[in-house]
Amino acid sequence: MGEAGDTQDGHGDLLREGWDSLVNRVRAGLGLAPRGARPPRYLVYRHAIPVRALHWINAAVMLVMLMTGLQIFNAHPALYWGITSDFDHPILSMTAQGTAEHFWGVTQVGPWSFNTDGVFGASDTDGVKTVRGFPAWATIPSASPTLALGRLWHFAFAWILVLNGVAYFAYAFWSGHFRRELLPTRKDLADIPHEIVTHAKLQFPKGEAARHYNAIQKTTYFVVLCVLGPLIVLTGLTMSPTMDSAFPILLWIFGGRQSARTIHFIVAFSFLGFFLIHMAALIASAPLNGLRAMITGWFAIETEAKDG
Amino acid sequence: MAEPIARRSLLARSAAAVSALALAGCTGIADSPWAANLLGEVEKLTKRAQRLFAGGHALAPEFPKSDIAPVFRANGTLNPNTNDYNVHASEGFRNWMIPVEGLVENPLRLSLAAIRAFPARSQITRHDCVEGWSCIGAWKGAPLAHILALARPKPDARYVVFHCADPMGEADVDTLGNVIAPPYYYESLDLLEATHPQTILAYELNGNVLPVEHGAPIRVRAERQLGYKMAKYVQRIELVDSFARIGGGKGGYWEDQGYQWYGGI
Repeated sequence: MGEAGDTQDGHGDLLREGWDSLVNRVRAGLGLAPRGARPPRYLVYRHAIPVRALHWINAAVMLVMLMTGLQIFNAHPALYWGITSDFDHPILSMTAQGTAEHFWGVTQVGPWSFNTDGVFGASDTDGVKTVRGFPAWATIPSASPTLALGRLWHFAFAWILVLNGVAYFAYAFWSGHFRRELLPTRKDLADIPHEIVTHAKLQFPKGEAARHYNAIQKTTYFVVLCVLGPLIVLTGLTMSPTMDSAFPILLWIFGGRQSARTIHFIVAFSFLGFFLIHMAALIASAPLNGLRAMITGWFAIETEAKDG
Repeated sequence: MAEPIARRSLLARSAAAVSALALAGCTGIADSPWAANLLGEVEKLTKRAQRLFAGGHALAPEFPKSDIAPVFRANGTLNPNTNDYNVHASEGFRNWMIPVEGLVENPLRLSLAAIRAFPARSQITRHDCVEGWSCIGAWKGAPLAHILALARPKPDARYVVFHCADPMGEADVDTLGNVIAPPYYYESLDLLEATHPQTILAYELNGNVLPVEHGAPIRVRAERQLGYKMAKYVQRIELVDSFARIGGGKGGYWEDQGYQWYGGI
Protein backbone atom coordinates (compact mmCIF):
# COMPACT_ATOMS: atom_id res chain seq x y z
CA MET A 1 0.00 0.00 0.00
CA GLY A 2 1.16 3.49 -0.79
CA GLU A 3 1.33 6.72 1.10
CA ALA A 4 -1.83 8.50 2.09
CA GLY A 5 -3.18 10.25 -1.00
CA ASP A 6 -2.30 7.60 -3.57
CA THR A 7 -5.10 6.73 -5.90
CA GLN A 8 -6.19 3.31 -6.91
CA ASP A 9 -7.92 3.42 -10.26
CA GLY A 10 -7.79 2.05 -13.80
CA HIS A 11 -7.91 -1.58 -12.82
CA GLY A 12 -9.14 -2.39 -16.34
CA ASP A 13 -8.93 -6.10 -15.90
CA LEU A 14 -11.05 -8.22 -18.17
CA LEU A 15 -12.79 -10.11 -15.44
CA ARG A 16 -14.03 -6.91 -13.87
CA GLU A 17 -15.27 -5.57 -17.24
CA GLY A 18 -17.07 -8.82 -17.93
CA TRP A 19 -18.66 -8.72 -14.52
CA ASP A 20 -19.75 -5.11 -14.99
CA SER A 21 -21.37 -5.86 -18.29
CA LEU A 22 -23.23 -8.77 -16.75
CA VAL A 23 -24.36 -6.56 -13.86
CA ASN A 24 -25.56 -3.92 -16.27
CA ARG A 25 -27.59 -6.41 -18.28
CA VAL A 26 -29.30 -7.51 -15.10
CA ARG A 27 -29.85 -3.91 -14.07
CA ALA A 28 -31.34 -3.11 -17.49
CA GLY A 29 -33.66 -6.08 -17.11
CA LEU A 30 -34.81 -4.65 -13.77
CA GLY A 31 -35.32 -1.24 -15.31
CA LEU A 32 -32.31 0.28 -13.51
CA ALA A 33 -29.76 2.63 -14.99
CA PRO A 34 -26.43 1.05 -15.84
CA ARG A 35 -23.69 1.41 -13.29
CA GLY A 36 -21.68 3.78 -15.43
CA ALA A 37 -24.45 6.33 -15.15
CA ARG A 38 -23.73 6.80 -11.45
CA PRO A 39 -21.44 9.69 -10.66
CA PRO A 40 -17.86 8.69 -11.29
CA ARG A 41 -15.90 8.00 -8.14
CA TYR A 42 -12.41 6.95 -7.29
CA LEU A 43 -10.67 5.75 -4.20
CA VAL A 44 -7.93 7.46 -2.30
CA TYR A 45 -5.77 5.84 0.34
CA ARG A 46 -6.71 8.04 3.24
CA HIS A 47 -5.66 6.42 6.51
CA ALA A 48 -2.33 4.65 6.92
CA ILE A 49 -2.23 1.37 8.85
CA PRO A 50 -0.84 2.83 12.11
CA VAL A 51 -3.60 5.44 12.27
CA ARG A 52 -6.31 2.84 11.66
CA ALA A 53 -4.93 0.30 14.11
CA LEU A 54 -4.37 2.88 16.86
CA HIS A 55 -7.82 4.39 16.18
CA TRP A 56 -9.62 1.10 16.82
CA ILE A 57 -7.49 0.16 19.82
CA ASN A 58 -8.25 3.59 21.22
CA ALA A 59 -11.98 3.18 20.56
CA ALA A 60 -12.12 -0.11 22.47
CA VAL A 61 -9.94 1.14 25.32
CA MET A 62 -11.92 4.37 25.69
CA LEU A 63 -15.13 2.37 26.00
CA VAL A 64 -13.60 0.32 28.83
CA MET A 65 -12.17 3.44 30.48
CA LEU A 66 -15.52 5.22 30.42
CA MET A 67 -17.53 2.29 31.77
CA THR A 68 -15.02 1.32 34.49
CA GLY A 69 -14.68 5.02 35.33
CA LEU A 70 -18.42 5.31 35.91
CA GLN A 71 -18.22 2.20 38.10
CA ILE A 72 -15.50 3.85 40.22
CA PHE A 73 -17.50 7.10 40.36
CA ASN A 74 -20.46 5.14 41.74
CA ALA A 75 -18.49 4.42 44.93
CA HIS A 76 -18.91 8.10 45.84
CA PRO A 77 -21.23 9.67 43.26
CA ALA A 78 -20.44 13.29 44.01
CA LEU A 79 -17.98 15.87 42.69
CA TYR A 80 -16.31 18.78 44.47
CA TRP A 81 -14.14 21.73 43.61
CA GLY A 82 -10.82 22.41 45.35
CA ILE A 83 -8.42 20.40 47.47
CA THR A 84 -10.91 18.37 49.49
CA SER A 85 -14.54 17.26 49.62
CA ASP A 86 -16.94 19.78 51.11
CA PHE A 87 -19.58 17.13 51.66
CA ASP A 88 -22.38 19.64 52.17
CA HIS A 89 -21.67 21.46 48.92
CA PRO A 90 -20.92 19.07 46.08
CA ILE A 91 -21.02 20.66 42.63
CA LEU A 92 -22.70 17.51 41.37
CA SER A 93 -24.20 14.58 43.18
CA MET A 94 -26.38 11.60 42.36
CA THR A 95 -28.33 10.40 45.36
CA ALA A 96 -31.63 8.82 46.30
CA GLN A 97 -34.41 10.44 48.30
CA GLY A 98 -37.34 8.86 50.10
CA THR A 99 -37.48 5.86 52.41
CA ALA A 100 -35.75 2.48 52.32
CA GLU A 101 -38.87 0.99 50.69
CA HIS A 102 -39.81 3.83 48.39
CA PHE A 103 -37.01 5.97 46.99
CA TRP A 104 -36.18 7.78 43.81
CA GLY A 105 -33.00 9.02 42.13
CA VAL A 106 -32.09 12.69 42.35
CA THR A 107 -29.27 14.48 40.56
CA GLN A 108 -28.07 17.73 42.03
CA VAL A 109 -26.02 20.17 39.94
CA GLY A 110 -24.97 23.15 42.05
CA PRO A 111 -28.18 24.57 43.54
CA TRP A 112 -30.47 22.74 41.12
CA SER A 113 -32.06 19.35 41.75
CA PHE A 114 -33.58 17.07 39.14
CA ASN A 115 -35.58 13.89 39.45
CA THR A 116 -33.47 11.43 37.45
CA ASP A 117 -35.09 8.29 38.80
CA GLY A 118 -34.32 5.16 36.79
CA VAL A 119 -31.12 6.60 35.35
CA PHE A 120 -29.03 8.62 37.85
CA GLY A 121 -29.20 8.14 41.62
CA ALA A 122 -31.44 5.07 41.61
CA SER A 123 -32.01 2.48 38.91
CA ASP A 124 -32.70 -1.19 38.39
CA THR A 125 -29.85 -3.68 38.88
CA ASP A 126 -30.88 -7.18 37.79
CA GLY A 127 -34.50 -6.14 38.13
CA VAL A 128 -34.09 -4.75 41.66
CA LYS A 129 -34.32 -1.03 42.31
CA THR A 130 -30.95 0.05 43.72
CA VAL A 131 -29.37 3.26 44.97
CA ARG A 132 -26.49 3.90 42.55
CA GLY A 133 -25.00 6.85 40.65
CA PHE A 134 -24.87 5.59 37.08
CA PRO A 135 -27.11 2.71 36.01
CA ALA A 136 -25.80 -0.85 35.70
CA TRP A 137 -25.88 -0.79 31.89
CA ALA A 138 -23.30 2.01 31.88
CA THR A 139 -20.78 0.39 34.22
CA ILE A 140 -18.33 -2.53 34.14
CA PRO A 141 -17.31 -4.89 35.56
CA SER A 142 -20.46 -6.06 37.27
CA ALA A 143 -18.85 -8.62 39.63
CA SER A 144 -18.16 -7.77 43.27
CA PRO A 145 -16.39 -5.92 44.65
CA THR A 146 -17.31 -3.53 41.87
CA LEU A 147 -15.10 -0.67 43.05
CA ALA A 148 -12.00 -2.86 43.40
CA LEU A 149 -12.48 -4.56 40.03
CA GLY A 150 -13.42 -1.31 38.35
CA ARG A 151 -10.17 0.21 39.61
CA LEU A 152 -8.15 -2.82 38.53
CA TRP A 153 -9.52 -2.59 35.00
CA HIS A 154 -9.36 1.20 34.82
CA PHE A 155 -5.69 1.37 35.80
CA ALA A 156 -4.71 -1.53 33.53
CA PHE A 157 -6.43 -0.07 30.47
CA ALA A 158 -4.96 3.33 31.35
CA TRP A 159 -1.58 1.84 30.47
CA ILE A 160 -2.87 0.76 27.05
CA LEU A 161 -4.49 4.16 26.53
CA VAL A 162 -1.28 6.02 27.30
CA LEU A 163 0.98 3.68 25.29
CA ASN A 164 -1.47 3.88 22.39
CA GLY A 165 -1.45 7.67 22.61
CA VAL A 166 2.34 7.81 22.74
CA ALA A 167 2.55 5.51 19.70
CA TYR A 168 0.06 7.70 17.87
CA PHE A 169 1.89 10.95 18.56
CA ALA A 170 5.25 9.35 17.71
CA TYR A 171 3.87 8.18 14.37
CA ALA A 172 1.98 11.41 13.70
CA PHE A 173 5.06 13.59 14.19
CA TRP A 174 7.50 11.23 12.50
CA SER A 175 5.34 10.70 9.41
CA GLY A 176 4.21 14.30 9.05
CA HIS A 177 0.61 13.17 9.54
CA PHE A 178 0.20 15.65 12.37
CA ARG A 179 1.52 18.68 10.50
CA ARG A 180 -0.01 17.76 7.14
CA GLU A 181 -3.42 16.46 8.12
CA LEU A 182 -4.22 17.67 11.62
CA LEU A 183 -2.58 20.96 12.49
CA PRO A 184 -5.16 23.63 11.54
CA THR A 185 -3.68 26.27 9.24
CA ARG A 186 -4.48 29.97 9.43
CA LYS A 187 -6.74 29.47 6.42
CA ASP A 188 -8.52 26.61 8.19
CA LEU A 189 -9.25 28.80 11.17
CA ALA A 190 -10.58 31.54 8.88
CA ASP A 191 -12.84 28.98 7.17
CA ILE A 192 -14.48 27.78 10.36
CA PRO A 193 -17.48 30.20 10.42
CA HIS A 194 -18.34 29.33 6.82
CA GLU A 195 -17.94 25.62 7.51
CA ILE A 196 -20.18 25.77 10.53
CA VAL A 197 -22.93 27.06 8.24
CA THR A 198 -22.41 24.36 5.61
CA HIS A 199 -22.14 21.62 8.26
CA ALA A 200 -25.37 22.83 9.83
CA LYS A 201 -27.04 22.38 6.44
CA LEU A 202 -25.48 18.88 6.30
CA GLN A 203 -23.52 19.85 3.21
CA PHE A 204 -20.24 18.01 3.34
CA PRO A 205 -17.22 18.57 1.11
CA LYS A 206 -17.10 16.61 -2.14
CA GLY A 207 -14.50 15.97 -4.76
CA GLU A 208 -10.94 17.10 -4.08
CA ALA A 209 -12.02 18.98 -0.94
CA ALA A 210 -13.13 15.68 0.61
CA ARG A 211 -9.61 14.24 0.33
CA HIS A 212 -8.45 16.12 3.39
CA TYR A 213 -9.86 16.94 6.77
CA ASN A 214 -11.84 20.15 6.69
CA ALA A 215 -11.25 22.96 9.16
CA ILE A 216 -13.86 21.75 11.66
CA GLN A 217 -12.48 18.23 11.59
CA LYS A 218 -8.90 19.41 12.01
CA THR A 219 -9.80 21.71 14.88
CA THR A 220 -11.91 19.07 16.61
CA TYR A 221 -9.31 16.32 16.28
CA PHE A 222 -6.61 18.73 17.37
CA VAL A 223 -8.51 19.68 20.53
CA VAL A 224 -9.41 16.06 21.32
CA LEU A 225 -5.84 14.82 20.83
CA CYS A 226 -3.83 17.71 22.21
CA VAL A 227 -6.13 19.09 24.92
CA LEU A 228 -8.56 16.40 26.11
CA GLY A 229 -5.99 13.59 25.77
CA PRO A 230 -3.30 15.09 28.03
CA LEU A 231 -5.97 16.45 30.40
CA ILE A 232 -7.57 13.06 31.03
CA VAL A 233 -4.17 11.49 31.77
CA LEU A 234 -2.85 14.28 34.00
CA THR A 235 -6.07 14.70 36.01
CA GLY A 236 -6.11 10.92 36.44
CA LEU A 237 -2.56 10.93 37.80
CA THR A 238 -3.42 13.83 40.13
CA MET A 239 -5.92 11.60 41.93
CA SER A 240 -3.10 9.22 42.93
CA PRO A 241 -1.67 10.17 46.34
CA THR A 242 1.73 8.70 45.44
CA MET A 243 1.86 10.68 42.18
CA ASP A 244 1.00 13.82 44.15
CA SER A 245 4.06 13.21 46.30
CA ALA A 246 6.24 12.75 43.21
CA PHE A 247 4.73 15.66 41.22
CA PRO A 248 3.07 18.17 43.59
CA ILE A 249 2.87 20.57 40.63
CA LEU A 250 -0.11 18.53 39.40
CA LEU A 251 -2.11 19.78 42.38
CA TRP A 252 -1.11 23.36 41.61
CA ILE A 253 -2.11 22.99 37.95
CA PHE A 254 -5.58 21.61 38.65
CA GLY A 255 -6.31 23.38 41.93
CA GLY A 256 -6.34 20.28 44.12
CA ARG A 257 -7.25 16.62 44.00
CA GLN A 258 -11.02 17.07 44.06
CA SER A 259 -10.87 19.66 41.26
CA ALA A 260 -8.75 17.22 39.28
CA ARG A 261 -11.37 14.52 39.86
CA THR A 262 -14.10 16.88 38.64
CA ILE A 263 -12.09 17.89 35.56
CA HIS A 264 -11.41 14.20 34.90
CA PHE A 265 -15.17 13.62 34.91
CA ILE A 266 -15.88 16.61 32.64
CA VAL A 267 -13.17 15.58 30.17
CA ALA A 268 -14.48 11.99 30.13
CA PHE A 269 -17.90 13.32 29.16
CA SER A 270 -16.28 15.63 26.61
CA PHE A 271 -14.85 12.49 25.01
CA LEU A 272 -18.33 10.96 25.06
CA GLY A 273 -19.71 14.15 23.47
CA PHE A 274 -17.00 14.02 20.82
CA PHE A 275 -17.87 10.38 20.13
CA LEU A 276 -21.56 11.21 19.66
CA ILE A 277 -20.76 14.09 17.28
CA HIS A 278 -18.22 11.88 15.51
CA MET A 279 -20.96 9.26 14.97
CA ALA A 280 -23.55 11.86 13.94
CA ALA A 281 -21.15 13.34 11.40
CA LEU A 282 -20.31 9.89 10.07
CA ILE A 283 -23.95 8.94 9.67
CA ALA A 284 -24.94 12.30 8.17
CA SER A 285 -22.12 12.29 5.59
CA ALA A 286 -21.31 8.87 4.15
CA PRO A 287 -21.34 6.21 6.86
CA LEU A 288 -20.14 3.21 4.87
CA ASN A 289 -17.49 5.18 3.05
CA GLY A 290 -16.14 6.69 6.24
CA LEU A 291 -16.24 3.39 8.11
CA ARG A 292 -14.51 1.59 5.26
CA ALA A 293 -11.82 4.26 5.13
CA MET A 294 -11.02 3.73 8.81
CA ILE A 295 -11.00 -0.06 8.33
CA THR A 296 -9.33 -0.61 4.95
CA GLY A 297 -7.77 2.82 4.47
CA TRP A 298 -9.58 3.48 1.17
CA PHE A 299 -11.96 6.41 0.94
CA ALA A 300 -14.20 6.96 -2.08
CA ILE A 301 -14.21 10.43 -3.57
CA GLU A 302 -17.37 11.41 -5.39
CA THR A 303 -16.44 13.65 -8.28
CA GLU A 304 -18.32 16.91 -8.48
CA ALA A 305 -19.53 16.28 -12.06
CA LYS A 306 -22.89 15.13 -10.91
CA ASP A 307 -24.50 14.70 -7.56
CA GLY A 308 -26.36 11.41 -7.30
CA MET B 1 -15.67 3.77 -14.95
CA ALA B 2 -15.67 0.60 -12.93
CA GLU B 3 -16.14 0.77 -9.18
CA PRO B 4 -12.84 -0.37 -7.77
CA ILE B 5 -14.03 -0.76 -4.22
CA ALA B 6 -11.44 -2.29 -1.93
CA ARG B 7 -13.70 -4.94 -0.54
CA ARG B 8 -10.97 -7.47 -0.18
CA SER B 9 -10.97 -7.64 3.55
CA LEU B 10 -13.62 -5.17 4.49
CA LEU B 11 -15.83 -7.79 6.07
CA ALA B 12 -13.05 -9.55 7.90
CA ARG B 13 -11.69 -6.32 9.30
CA SER B 14 -15.12 -5.03 10.25
CA ALA B 15 -15.73 -8.23 12.09
CA ALA B 16 -12.39 -7.90 13.87
CA ALA B 17 -13.12 -4.33 14.89
CA VAL B 18 -16.62 -5.08 16.07
CA SER B 19 -15.51 -8.12 18.03
CA ALA B 20 -12.71 -6.11 19.63
CA LEU B 21 -15.31 -3.63 20.83
CA ALA B 22 -17.64 -6.37 21.99
CA LEU B 23 -14.75 -8.03 23.81
CA ALA B 24 -13.92 -4.81 25.57
CA GLY B 25 -17.47 -4.26 26.68
CA CYS B 26 -18.13 -7.85 27.57
CA THR B 27 -18.71 -8.07 31.27
CA GLY B 28 -18.35 -11.86 31.17
CA ILE B 29 -14.67 -11.46 30.35
CA ALA B 30 -14.30 -8.52 32.70
CA ASP B 31 -15.53 -10.62 35.59
CA SER B 32 -13.51 -13.77 34.98
CA PRO B 33 -10.79 -14.76 37.48
CA TRP B 34 -8.02 -15.19 34.91
CA ALA B 35 -8.58 -11.63 33.74
CA ALA B 36 -8.33 -10.45 37.33
CA ASN B 37 -5.01 -12.33 37.72
CA LEU B 38 -3.61 -10.76 34.57
CA LEU B 39 -4.72 -7.36 35.79
CA GLY B 40 -3.05 -8.10 39.13
CA GLU B 41 0.26 -8.27 37.27
CA VAL B 42 -0.45 -4.86 35.79
CA GLU B 43 -1.05 -3.57 39.32
CA LYS B 44 2.54 -4.54 40.16
CA LEU B 45 3.71 -2.66 37.07
CA THR B 46 1.80 0.41 38.28
CA LYS B 47 3.46 0.12 41.69
CA ARG B 48 6.92 -0.11 40.15
CA ALA B 49 6.27 2.84 37.85
CA GLN B 50 4.98 5.00 40.69
CA ARG B 51 7.94 4.04 42.89
CA LEU B 52 10.27 4.98 40.04
CA PHE B 53 9.07 8.57 40.37
CA ALA B 54 8.12 8.79 44.04
CA GLY B 55 10.95 6.64 45.43
CA GLY B 56 11.16 6.18 49.18
CA HIS B 57 11.23 9.78 50.26
CA ALA B 58 9.03 12.02 48.10
CA LEU B 59 6.71 13.63 50.63
CA ALA B 60 2.95 13.85 50.36
CA PRO B 61 1.85 17.49 50.23
CA GLU B 62 1.23 19.13 53.60
CA PHE B 63 -1.26 21.93 54.10
CA PRO B 64 -1.71 25.07 56.22
CA LYS B 65 -3.95 24.96 59.30
CA SER B 66 -6.61 26.91 57.43
CA ASP B 67 -7.22 23.88 55.19
CA ILE B 68 -8.15 21.54 58.06
CA ALA B 69 -11.68 20.18 57.55
CA PRO B 70 -14.15 21.29 60.28
CA VAL B 71 -15.31 17.68 60.57
CA PHE B 72 -12.94 14.90 59.59
CA ARG B 73 -15.05 12.19 58.00
CA ALA B 74 -14.80 8.81 59.73
CA ASN B 75 -15.08 5.69 57.60
CA GLY B 76 -14.90 1.92 58.03
CA THR B 77 -15.25 0.70 61.62
CA LEU B 78 -16.50 3.53 63.86
CA ASN B 79 -16.22 1.59 67.12
CA PRO B 80 -14.83 -1.95 67.53
CA ASN B 81 -17.27 -2.37 70.45
CA THR B 82 -15.80 -5.64 71.70
CA ASN B 83 -15.62 -6.35 75.45
CA ASP B 84 -11.84 -6.06 75.44
CA TYR B 85 -11.87 -2.83 73.51
CA ASN B 86 -14.56 -1.29 75.68
CA VAL B 87 -12.56 -2.09 78.83
CA HIS B 88 -9.46 -0.45 77.34
CA ALA B 89 -11.50 2.55 76.26
CA SER B 90 -12.94 2.98 79.76
CA GLU B 91 -9.37 2.93 81.14
CA GLY B 92 -8.27 5.59 78.68
CA PHE B 93 -6.18 2.90 76.94
CA ARG B 94 -3.50 3.12 79.66
CA ASN B 95 -3.06 -0.69 79.51
CA TRP B 96 -3.02 -0.86 75.70
CA MET B 97 0.15 -2.70 74.62
CA ILE B 98 1.35 -3.03 71.05
CA PRO B 99 3.84 -5.87 70.54
CA VAL B 100 6.26 -5.44 67.63
CA GLU B 101 7.24 -8.96 66.73
CA GLY B 102 7.84 -11.46 63.97
CA LEU B 103 10.99 -11.09 61.90
CA VAL B 104 12.77 -8.63 64.21
CA GLU B 105 16.01 -8.96 66.19
CA ASN B 106 14.59 -7.04 69.14
CA PRO B 107 10.88 -7.69 69.79
CA LEU B 108 9.13 -4.81 71.56
CA ARG B 109 6.07 -4.27 73.70
CA LEU B 110 5.04 -0.66 73.39
CA SER B 111 2.66 1.10 75.75
CA LEU B 112 1.00 4.32 74.65
CA ALA B 113 3.42 6.20 76.90
CA ALA B 114 6.35 4.51 75.14
CA ILE B 115 4.96 5.47 71.74
CA ARG B 116 4.44 9.05 72.91
CA ALA B 117 8.03 9.10 74.15
CA PHE B 118 9.40 8.78 70.60
CA PRO B 119 10.21 12.11 68.90
CA ALA B 120 6.81 13.07 67.46
CA ARG B 121 6.00 14.13 63.93
CA SER B 122 3.05 16.43 63.21
CA GLN B 123 1.62 16.73 59.72
CA ILE B 124 -1.43 18.33 58.13
CA THR B 125 -2.25 16.03 55.27
CA ARG B 126 -4.97 15.04 52.86
CA HIS B 127 -6.72 11.74 53.47
CA ASP B 128 -7.85 10.11 50.21
CA CYS B 129 -10.51 7.45 50.40
CA VAL B 130 -10.58 4.72 47.78
CA GLU B 131 -14.18 5.82 47.17
CA GLY B 132 -12.93 9.11 45.79
CA TRP B 133 -13.36 11.75 48.48
CA SER B 134 -10.65 13.68 50.33
CA CYS B 135 -10.44 15.30 53.76
CA ILE B 136 -7.65 17.27 55.48
CA GLY B 137 -6.61 16.70 59.08
CA ALA B 138 -3.69 17.38 61.42
CA TRP B 139 -2.02 14.23 62.74
CA LYS B 140 0.59 13.69 65.40
CA GLY B 141 2.39 10.44 66.07
CA ALA B 142 5.61 8.48 66.27
CA PRO B 143 7.38 7.79 62.95
CA LEU B 144 7.19 4.07 62.34
CA ALA B 145 10.77 4.21 61.04
CA HIS B 146 12.01 5.03 64.57
CA ILE B 147 10.11 2.12 66.08
CA LEU B 148 11.31 -0.29 63.41
CA ALA B 149 14.89 0.92 63.88
CA LEU B 150 14.59 -0.02 67.53
CA ALA B 151 13.08 -3.42 66.71
CA ARG B 152 15.74 -4.09 64.02
CA PRO B 153 13.98 -6.01 61.21
CA LYS B 154 15.75 -9.21 60.17
CA PRO B 155 17.15 -9.30 56.62
CA ASP B 156 14.27 -11.44 55.34
CA ALA B 157 11.55 -9.10 56.70
CA ARG B 158 9.62 -7.55 53.79
CA TYR B 159 6.30 -6.34 55.15
CA VAL B 160 4.94 -4.72 58.28
CA VAL B 161 1.52 -6.15 59.18
CA PHE B 162 -0.86 -4.23 61.45
CA HIS B 163 -3.30 -6.46 63.34
CA CYS B 164 -6.30 -4.48 64.55
CA ALA B 165 -8.90 -4.64 67.30
CA ASP B 166 -11.98 -4.20 65.10
CA PRO B 167 -13.92 -7.30 64.06
CA MET B 168 -15.31 -7.14 60.53
CA GLY B 169 -18.79 -8.58 60.91
CA GLU B 170 -20.54 -10.68 63.56
CA ALA B 171 -19.44 -13.92 65.15
CA ASP B 172 -21.11 -16.93 63.55
CA VAL B 173 -22.15 -20.35 64.87
CA ASP B 174 -21.60 -23.42 62.72
CA THR B 175 -23.87 -26.50 62.57
CA LEU B 176 -21.98 -28.16 65.48
CA GLY B 177 -22.53 -25.16 67.69
CA ASN B 178 -18.94 -23.89 67.48
CA VAL B 179 -18.56 -20.16 67.53
CA ILE B 180 -16.65 -18.87 64.50
CA ALA B 181 -14.89 -15.62 65.22
CA PRO B 182 -15.25 -12.95 62.54
CA PRO B 183 -12.08 -11.82 60.78
CA TYR B 184 -10.39 -8.83 62.35
CA TYR B 185 -9.16 -5.91 60.29
CA TYR B 186 -5.53 -6.04 59.30
CA GLU B 187 -3.34 -4.23 56.82
CA SER B 188 0.24 -4.19 55.63
CA LEU B 189 2.87 -1.92 54.14
CA ASP B 190 6.17 -2.90 52.63
CA LEU B 191 9.31 -1.67 54.36
CA LEU B 192 9.78 1.20 51.91
CA GLU B 193 6.38 2.68 52.70
CA ALA B 194 6.57 1.73 56.39
CA THR B 195 9.82 3.65 56.86
CA HIS B 196 8.68 6.70 54.84
CA PRO B 197 9.13 9.86 56.95
CA GLN B 198 5.37 10.58 56.96
CA THR B 199 4.36 7.07 57.99
CA ILE B 200 3.47 7.42 61.68
CA LEU B 201 1.61 5.64 64.44
CA ALA B 202 -0.81 8.48 65.13
CA TYR B 203 -2.30 9.24 68.55
CA GLU B 204 -3.65 12.73 67.91
CA LEU B 205 -6.05 14.24 65.38
CA ASN B 206 -6.46 18.02 65.12
CA GLY B 207 -4.74 18.54 68.46
CA ASN B 208 -7.00 16.13 70.39
CA VAL B 209 -6.50 12.57 71.58
CA LEU B 210 -7.39 10.28 68.68
CA PRO B 211 -11.18 9.73 68.81
CA VAL B 212 -12.64 6.23 68.82
CA GLU B 213 -14.19 6.60 65.35
CA HIS B 214 -10.74 7.44 63.95
CA GLY B 215 -8.95 4.44 65.46
CA ALA B 216 -8.17 5.18 69.12
CA PRO B 217 -5.73 4.74 70.63
CA ILE B 218 -3.36 4.23 67.66
CA ARG B 219 -3.85 4.29 63.93
CA VAL B 220 -1.47 4.20 60.99
CA ARG B 221 -0.98 7.23 58.77
CA ALA B 222 0.77 6.41 55.46
CA GLU B 223 0.25 9.63 53.60
CA ARG B 224 1.06 8.44 50.08
CA GLN B 225 -1.56 5.70 50.30
CA LEU B 226 -5.34 5.44 50.25
CA GLY B 227 -7.35 5.36 53.46
CA TYR B 228 -7.88 1.61 53.68
CA LYS B 229 -4.10 1.10 53.99
CA MET B 230 -4.07 3.14 57.19
CA ALA B 231 -5.18 0.60 59.78
CA LYS B 232 -7.08 1.89 62.82
CA TYR B 233 -7.17 0.36 66.36
CA VAL B 234 -3.66 -1.08 65.90
CA GLN B 235 -3.19 -3.88 68.41
CA ARG B 236 -0.13 -5.77 67.22
CA ILE B 237 2.63 -5.17 64.67
CA GLU B 238 4.21 -8.13 62.95
CA LEU B 239 7.08 -8.21 60.46
CA VAL B 240 6.80 -10.97 57.87
CA ASP B 241 8.37 -12.17 54.65
CA SER B 242 5.01 -13.15 53.09
CA PHE B 243 1.27 -12.88 53.71
CA ALA B 244 0.66 -16.58 53.14
CA ARG B 245 -0.26 -17.45 56.74
CA ILE B 246 -2.21 -14.29 57.56
CA GLY B 247 -5.96 -13.87 57.03
CA GLY B 248 -6.89 -14.59 53.43
CA GLY B 249 -3.25 -14.31 52.38
CA LYS B 250 -3.53 -11.08 50.39
CA GLY B 251 -2.00 -8.69 52.92
CA GLY B 252 -5.11 -6.99 54.25
CA TYR B 253 -8.79 -7.32 55.07
CA TRP B 254 -9.93 -5.43 51.97
CA GLU B 255 -7.25 -7.09 49.86
CA ASP B 256 -8.80 -10.43 50.85
CA GLN B 257 -12.11 -9.09 49.47
CA GLY B 258 -10.46 -8.24 46.12
CA TYR B 259 -9.03 -4.76 46.65
CA GLN B 260 -5.53 -3.94 45.42
CA TRP B 261 -2.67 -4.36 47.87
CA TYR B 262 -0.93 -1.36 46.34
CA GLY B 263 -2.88 1.64 47.56
CA GLY B 264 -0.83 4.47 46.07
CA ILE B 265 -3.28 5.06 43.24
